[in-house]
Amino acid sequence: MSAVPLLKVSDVSKFYGSRIGCRNVSFELYPGEVLAIVGESGSGKTTLLSCLSTRLMPTSGVVEYHMRDGQYRDLARMSEAERRFLMRTDWGFVHQNPADGLRMTVSAGANVGERLMAVGDRHYGNIRAAAGDWLRRVEIEEDRIDDQPRAFSGGMRQRLQIARNLVTSPRLVFMDEPTGGLDVSVQARLLDLVRGLVHDLGLAAVIVTHDLAVARLLSHRMMVMKDGAVIEQGLTDRVLDDPREPYTQLLVSSILQV
Amino acid sequence: MNDLANYNFAYLDEQTKRMIRRAILKAIAIPGYQVPFASREMPMPYGWGTGGVQVTASILGPSDVLKVIDQGADDTTNAVSIRAFFQKVANVAVTTRTADATIIQTRHRIPEEKLGEGQTLVYQVPIPEPLRFLEPRETETRKMHALEEYGLMHVKLYEDIARNGHIATTYAYPVKVEGRYVMDPSPTPKFDNPKMHMSEALQLFGAGREKRIYAVPPYTEVVSLDFEDHPFEVQKFDRPCALCGAENVYLDEVVLDDKGGRMFVCSDTDHCEDRRAHGHAGAMLAPAAKESQEAAE
Ligand SMILES: Nc1ncnc2c1ncn2[C@@H]1O[C@H](COP(=O)(O)OP(=O)(O)O)[C@@H](O)[C@H]1O
Ligand SMILES: [Mg+2]
Repeated sequence: MSAVPLLKVSDVSKFYGSRIGCRNVSFELYPGEVLAIVGESGSGKTTLLSCLSTRLMPTSGVVEYHMRDGQYRDLARMSEAERRFLMRTDWGFVHQNPADGLRMTVSAGANVGERLMAVGDRHYGNIRAAAGDWLRRVEIEEDRIDDQPRAFSGGMRQRLQIARNLVTSPRLVFMDEPTGGLDVSVQARLLDLVRGLVHDLGLAAVIVTHDLAVARLLSHRMMVMKDGAVIEQGLTDRVLDDPREPYTQLLVSSILQV
Repeated sequence: MNDLANYNFAYLDEQTKRMIRRAILKAIAIPGYQVPFASREMPMPYGWGTGGVQVTASILGPSDVLKVIDQGADDTTNAVSIRAFFQKVANVAVTTRTADATIIQTRHRIPEEKLGEGQTLVYQVPIPEPLRFLEPRETETRKMHALEEYGLMHVKLYEDIARNGHIATTYAYPVKVEGRYVMDPSPTPKFDNPKMHMSEALQLFGAGREKRIYAVPPYTEVVSLDFEDHPFEVQKFDRPCALCGAENVYLDEVVLDDKGGRMFVCSDTDHCEDRRAHGHAGAMLAPAAKESQEAAE
């Protein structure tokens, strides 16, 4: 891992009126590092992820990103055009519900090719070849390239959403409960795929999950949230095998009982 | 008191015309940008060209000569009733001859005869937003225009090629105006797209139901979107007009009888008649002309 963080998060809080979304969150994320954010429903995971990925403006605090030109930029001070450009080139965002991240009425090939076209690729043959290549990498038969995701199973849709995000070789991917809506057997296959891709591509990722098994399998480091605050963070194996906070101990033990 | 006294000149009141003219001026200043305007109720249903009619009403002066076409023809119901409307409410001269007109209101076609400086083409537009097909949210499409995010237009063309092996869009083929805004040229055939490029005439687009006006000023770059390996092409017809023998014009298919007989003729009726008046004859007309000549002898 490189010595310079990709993302620097300092004292980020988000209030919905007087209600706390998340508060005083600080951490750094390095290139190639996978961070899991865990916690029960309502603990502020999605709010934090939204603040990191510019989908929400934090009420206070700063999120800085290490741009490809080597400069750190305060995301809140970027223009909307710059932020949107970043989101469709250097970043990916995988939604829990694939329909939120896919265009359900255009073909799988066009779903994957859209980002290439958005950054100016104007060669149909090349776009199609790249789409086919990515379908293969996410284990979708290449002859489904002209089918719409409406005709796909939940697991395939999620893999297609991942391909669509990775085609521009982003450096950072945000995922919100990526296996949330899937059957257990389908989850396992998707987790294997994500783990392989993250490793092969050297991706940094922030993955929100309420499932500690997902955190165990995918992440290097994890943060445990409760009532909007990070109550414990550390290397994933350390947190899961030797939880220090009573709340984390409860989480881990309740999982082990299942 | 005659009929005309019941209306302000060209039907709309002067305040409304000023509002629409401001929208038109803004549209001309930002080629291809859709300017919102307060579209008025017109004495005809939406889909009958209420946007085009309001634009025409706002730019029309007593000395103008008006031509109205629908699918290239001056004698279809829509064209006849709009022409009659302006004769009644503005008492302007009307014509079917492209070269004589100062304002041409159109649905579907750009005349074959090259338009010149001083002429204005007014398009009736049903759906002004080219991104609507893939992005139904207006807030999002406006943002995409503002930020010049046009990848989605190519997604549409990609789908076309994936499905048909080539770009099968033949009408309302999207263009980029002056290197900036992507624009829907209204339901004209793509055959007419090249005529928009560097046109000497002013082109105004009115969408009544959607309350939008946009414009292409004279001598403006209008480029049809495409892929490097699937370049834009206009429709080609493998035969000339059956009536006037014209080539490189847009042809309509006309069914002649119930035995499968058919012919292809100019969609621009004025262009066709003009050519025939100058002695040109196509395959269908040539024998008929000969017959009538023989009968006269
Ligand atoms: N748009 C919103 N408006 C008001 N309160 C919200 C909104 N979104 C989330 N919250 C509240 O913020 C807290 C954290 O929610 P969220 O970030 O969705 O948690 P999680 O993703 O961990 O389930 C909860 O109390 C939730 O009710
Ligand atoms: Mg959530």
